Amino acid sequence: MTSEFRLAIGAALGRERVRTNIRKAMDGLVSKRAAAFPDADERERLRDQGEAIRGESVARLPELLEELERSCTRNGIQVHWAETGEDANRLVLDILRHAGATALLKGKSMVSEEMGLNEFLKHQGIEAVETDLGELIIQLAGEAPSHIIAPAIHKDRAEVAALFREHYPDEPPAERIEEMTALARRVMRKRFRGMTAGLSGVNFAVAETGTLCLVENEGNGRLCTTLPDLHIAVMGIEKVIARLDQVPPLLTLLTRSATGQPITTYVNFISGPRRPGEQDGPRAVHLILLDNGRSRIRLDPELSATLRCIRCAACMNHCPVYTRLGGHAYGTVYPGPIGSILEPQIHGLAERGEMAEASSLCGACAEVCPVRIPIPRLLNRLRFEAVNAQADSPTLGHGSRRLAGQAGLWRLWAWTCAHPRIYRTLTRLMTALRQLQPSRIKPWTDTREAPRIANQDLHRQARAAGFTDRL
Amino acid sequence: MPNTVYFFGTCLIDLLFPRTGLAAMRLLKRAGVRVIFPQGQTCCGQPAYNAGYRDEARRVARAQLDAFPAAVPVVVPSASCAGMLKVHYPLLLADTADAARADAFAGRVVELTDFLTRVLDVRLTDLGPPIRVAVHNSCSSRRELGVADATRDLLRRLARVDLVEPERAHECCGFGGTFAIKQPEISAAMAADKTSAIAATGAAVLVSQDCGCLMNLGGTFARRGGGPVIKHVAEFIWERTSHDE
Repeated sequence: MTSEFRLAIGAALGRERVRTNIRKAMDGLVSKRAAAFPDADERERLRDQGEAIRGESVARLPELLEELERSCTRNGIQVHWAETGEDANRLVLDILRHAGATALLKGKSMVSEEMGLNEFLKHQGIEAVETDLGELIIQLAGEAPSHIIAPAIHKDRAEVAALFREHYPDEPPAERIEEMTALARRVMRKRFRGMTAGLSGVNFAVAETGTLCLVENEGNGRLCTTLPDLHIAVMGIEKVIARLDQVPPLLTLLTRSATGQPITTYVNFISGPRRPGEQDGPRAVHLILLDNGRSRIRLDPELSATLRCIRCAACMNHCPVYTRLGGHAYGTVYPGPIGSILEPQIHGLAERGEMAEASSLCGACAEVCPVRIPIPRLLNRLRFEAVNAQADSPTLGHGSRRLAGQAGLWRLWAWTCAHPRIYRTLTRLMTALRQLQPSRIKPWTDTREAPRIANQDLHRQARAAGFTDRL
Repeated sequence: MPNTVYFFGTCLIDLLFPRTGLAAMRLLKRAGVRVIFPQGQTCCGQPAYNAGYRDEARRVARAQLDAFPAAVPVVVPSASCAGMLKVHYPLLLADTADAARADAFAGRVVELTDFLTRVLDVRLTDLGPPIRVAVHNSCSSRRELGVADATRDLLRRLARVDLVEPERAHECCGFGGTFAIKQPEISAAMAADKTSAIAATGAAVLVSQDCGCLMNLGGTFARRGGGPVIKHVAEFIWERTSHDE
């Protein structure tokens, strides 16, 4: 049976243009990251530091979150807790209604994608205006992000030009990159005027100081958080870190791993609303802390490493599966290697367990992860949990992918391989009957020839060649 | 230098590529090492382990611990299987009665090319004509065991071999064990790109230290036609350095 995921994969592999666009872009990001870490020793030291800092965050999550709430409150930031994406959407809506806002400026935020915020607000009659260039492009195209830091990476220049022509017919046609960014700037600047509410994500939230750190390259993110009177920040609860002095190593790991930049064009440290006497800044700042399964993920000492992620996307940039499929084939908010460990844990193995199988376990992701998440090991663990029928696992949907027939075959295989005599009898039989080997073994032979069984197995050949059995 | 080693043939070589296993054992023997091939060995258990069936993998792992009891090195002509024995057995058997046994066993496991270069430092006399050879390293050799350089190191000891590295050499060939069966479309796309990159080198032979990759790439080449001769590095070296067939 071919699953929906595999059908989507087949379709994605057939889209030559998208494949070419993604591969080219990923090659670019891979070489930029490599150039940004010229000193391997320094890189590995930083990764150790990143792992330790984020490991502390996950280990001390409850107390750090409480400290963050106290610090933020002291700074005048109003803190809200959301169990689910739906809860977070409701909170955003209530805050917007209270402020009388009918539209929302948005800086790029993956958590808002996780919440399905734009769709939710649309049903409530509130327009979400994406201001990040990539997000704007896919909003115009009616698509979801295909990459967590470069949402429109699957589109090439000509496709973006066509979208702009269609949606901004009054603007002069733009073909060159500079013309297109200038067009986007003109269009966006008009939209900023008169807006009363802005929303952003959070890269790191510092518990001791109540500071929200936010990186971006276009400046529109900063406009979202400073221009309107109301700023709403949404973050996954795992993004908290203990201390301000932990920000510099994480920031440099993030930007170098993500885009190969030593630092982004804009680095925002938000520590509260406009204070008396200040000329600008929002008059109210709200922080929404979203759980959405993270507390449950944290319960497992091994899988909780998933929560160390700082969303740099290096894993997908380097992934041989992602670079061939792009993000859309996954059909999830988070694609690629991080998506393949996070989505099955958030939504359960019954629904998303197949993602953990879409990996050759090549390890390219773990090799570049700035916080050393052992992604292949966690994929292996999730494959185990998917067929683990025991009751004591905290992983959602554990055992849901266990098929009696398949489990029986593996048991039989294990019994054979655990009994050398039986194994040898079987290989002897297979070599004797090699003429009967079918030439078609699906799905292997759909694209390859099958290897032929040898006329004599190594066990017997070794013995015949005089290699002894024991010391 | 150890004078005796165990040889773990791997199930793939056992049933499909026994010539490779024999070539590897002869290389070791010629270097002056006594090679023991325990008849009790079967499979490392990796297929079940990567499919999520850990109890089954554990059962098979214990049988291998039984088959290699003495404190001598276990040489493995596959980085993938060696990685299973060396890295994953201790994880798989942690907190069981066999934990200490698994740790000790893991400490004895050595991948073949690593053993031939680092431990034995073999000298090779190249008897073959000049030839261009492309090298493919498995992901396990690169990222799990860190022994990828040993393949080239070994082949450079052959005087008339011209080594070439295909483009995107660091990228996976798409085999991934059960991955090739569970996600055949992506696996095939990866194999197609990899075979194209290898073909572009114009190499007459493709060698690797892993038969899984070779089975994938060789099968893909056989279907698309053309391409280099596919050989495990042990078999290639044995043929270049010995007078027998």
